[in-house]
Amino acid sequence: MNDRVLGGIGLALAAFFIWQATLIELSFISDPVGPRTFPIIIAVCLALASLAMLVKPDAAPHWPKASRLFEIAVAAGVMVAYAILLPDLGFVITTAVAAAYLTWRLGTAPLWAIVAGLSTSLGIWVVFRLVLGLSLARGPLGF
Amino acid sequence: MEILASLGDGFWIALTWQNLLLALIGCFLGTVMGALPGLGPSNGVAILIPLAFTMGLPATPAMILLVSVYFGAMYGGRISSILLNIPGDEPAMMTCLDGYPMAQQGRAGEALALSGVASFVGAFLAIWGLAFLAPQLVKVALLFGPAEYFALYAMAFATLGGIASTNQAKAGFAAMLGLGIAMVGVDGQTGVPRFTFGEVHLYDGIDFLVAIVGLFALSEVFIFLEHRGEGSGAGKAKEVGIGRITPSFALLKHCTPTMLRGSVLGFVAGVLPGAGASLGSFLAYSTEKRLVDKKGTFGKGDPRGVAAPETGNNAAAGGALVPMLALGVPGSGTTAVLLAMLLALNITPGPLLFQNNPDVVWGLIAALFIGNFMLLAMNIPMVGLFVRVLMIPPRILMPIVAMVSFVGIYGISGSSFDLLVMVAFGVLGWGLRKLDVPLVPIILGVLLGNQMEANLRRAMTISDGDWGILVASPLAIGLWTIAVLGFVLPILVGGVLERRMHMRRDEESAISD
Repeated sequence: MNDRVLGGIGLALAAFFIWQATLIELSFISDPVGPRTFPIIIAVCLALASLAMLVKPDAAPHWPKASRLFEIAVAAGVMVAYAILLPDLGFVITTAVAAAYLTWRLGTAPLWAIVAGLSTSLGIWVVFRLVLGLSLARGPLGF
Repeated sequence: MEILASLGDGFWIALTWQNLLLALIGCFLGTVMGALPGLGPSNGVAILIPLAFTMGLPATPAMILLVSVYFGAMYGGRISSILLNIPGDEPAMMTCLDGYPMAQQGRAGEALALSGVASFVGAFLAIWGLAFLAPQLVKVALLFGPAEYFALYAMAFATLGGIASTNQAKAGFAAMLGLGIAMVGVDGQTGVPRFTFGEVHLYDGIDFLVAIVGLFALSEVFIFLEHRGEGSGAGKAKEVGIGRITPSFALLKHCTPTMLRGSVLGFVAGVLPGAGASLGSFLAYSTEKRLVDKKGTFGKGDPRGVAAPETGNNAAAGGALVPMLALGVPGSGTTAVLLAMLLALNITPGPLLFQNNPDVVWGLIAALFIGNFMLLAMNIPMVGLFVRVLMIPPRILMPIVAMVSFVGIYGISGSSFDLLVMVAFGVLGWGLRKLDVPLVPIILGVLLGNQMEANLRRAMTISDGDWGILVASPLAIGLWTIAVLGFVLPILVGGVLERRMHMRRDEESAISD
């Protein structure tokens, strides 16, 4: 069943891809193939693969419980927030929070998670900023 | 003789303090990554690429670092296989079969030492193979025109799924997804934007490094979140005594024929497109079992059952570099990631690489020889150190992996947008892994998509729009034939190899549970 869903998504994606490909502007000088053909070939192959999955699906995988799915979604949300806030708040603060959250959700006790988050953040900062000299995001506090 | 002279030059390039230090760091990090379950060669190398790139390393040192990590991971994978019965990475799966029983009999040290020597032999012979075979393949590659290159890429995609996946449709789906992602951005030939939806960030296309790190490294974090609290192997190592850590001469002599056969099989498996190290170790183990297992000792702690897969996977690692360097078509997931590094440095592998940058090729090969000796030195006397590394629980390790991935990608572009794309790829990678869609074809598609299209259009420009040029030379026809066979045969034979590999795995976990 899952494979059927994936196949359906694949078909929709292929259709969308072809539609978008036909909207690509053509410039007045072009090679014989042009910028539209190859994407359309890809989309057709994608559609064929998706059809094959629709016709002959594998057994469904073992999906985690809803609570776990929610957990993964929240973790992804934390990462998104991290990506957005990183330039504003600086590397050390955001990284400490994100690492602490992840290690907590992976099973570290809450207090230890804070310690682990802080040490992860400071450790990476020391190795990459001080030793290797990489430019990490600088927040209002300068680190 | 020409090859030996080039190799000599390579040693001059590799023997600088910086390169030796990088090889040492790479070997160490690689062994650690290989040993830790959850980090394997492909995601280990993927995390390090952005770092090597932002540190501004030139091509040769960067490749030396990454390839040392690759080989190191091949060594390291065996440690957790033997001690914990959990493969540290996929190729080390077969080493569990006899390695763990040996450890249970109190011969863990012996198994570790023997597999260390076996890894060395496999890698050493494979590097020789690489040094001699790659230049020959380059001579063939000189005959390639755009049409042949297009056929070659098609062949790579067609055969990639054949061995590595149970379902050809899914392998094809993954490859097309990757190619489709590669199409995003401004068209290189006419300069019109494609699939950008007016988003300026997308005009440059989606950076393949972002895709790779997201798919390989971040998705692993999600997998661990999903399986939290289902018991990990950390701490089990204490129960198993290590025992003597040097292999006896008699044992080595007993295993020598096994190691030689394993090296040859592994190397061949590595050179074949899409097969890689897992197939190398599988073939080496099963062949050896058929040949010498007269008393039925395989699977119960036979030293030869440890030596065979370890030589096999290390030899395959060397073999997989041959098509990557000579043709620009990687033979495995990790070499695809290495190819990304070369492309990020604006170096196109293939005949031109051997002509214009012989220093990169031969410096790399020489560094492999040096690194291999370093790894042998690290992996026999110092194996206890790595065993201690195994005590790091994933709940501490995985956040570090995630954060280092963010640091690396942010270091390249300094853009939040890239980080968001990476998170999206991480979630996508998790979902696709659940659905058993292989990730390597996606990476290969993203990497090779633009080249593939450019070659198609170049060929069509030469022929002035006649599609017949794609099958106009015997070489192209040959490549297309292999492509079709490589795609169709596994459907008919039904992914037998893969199923058997999984079966072994299931049996194995059934025993350990």
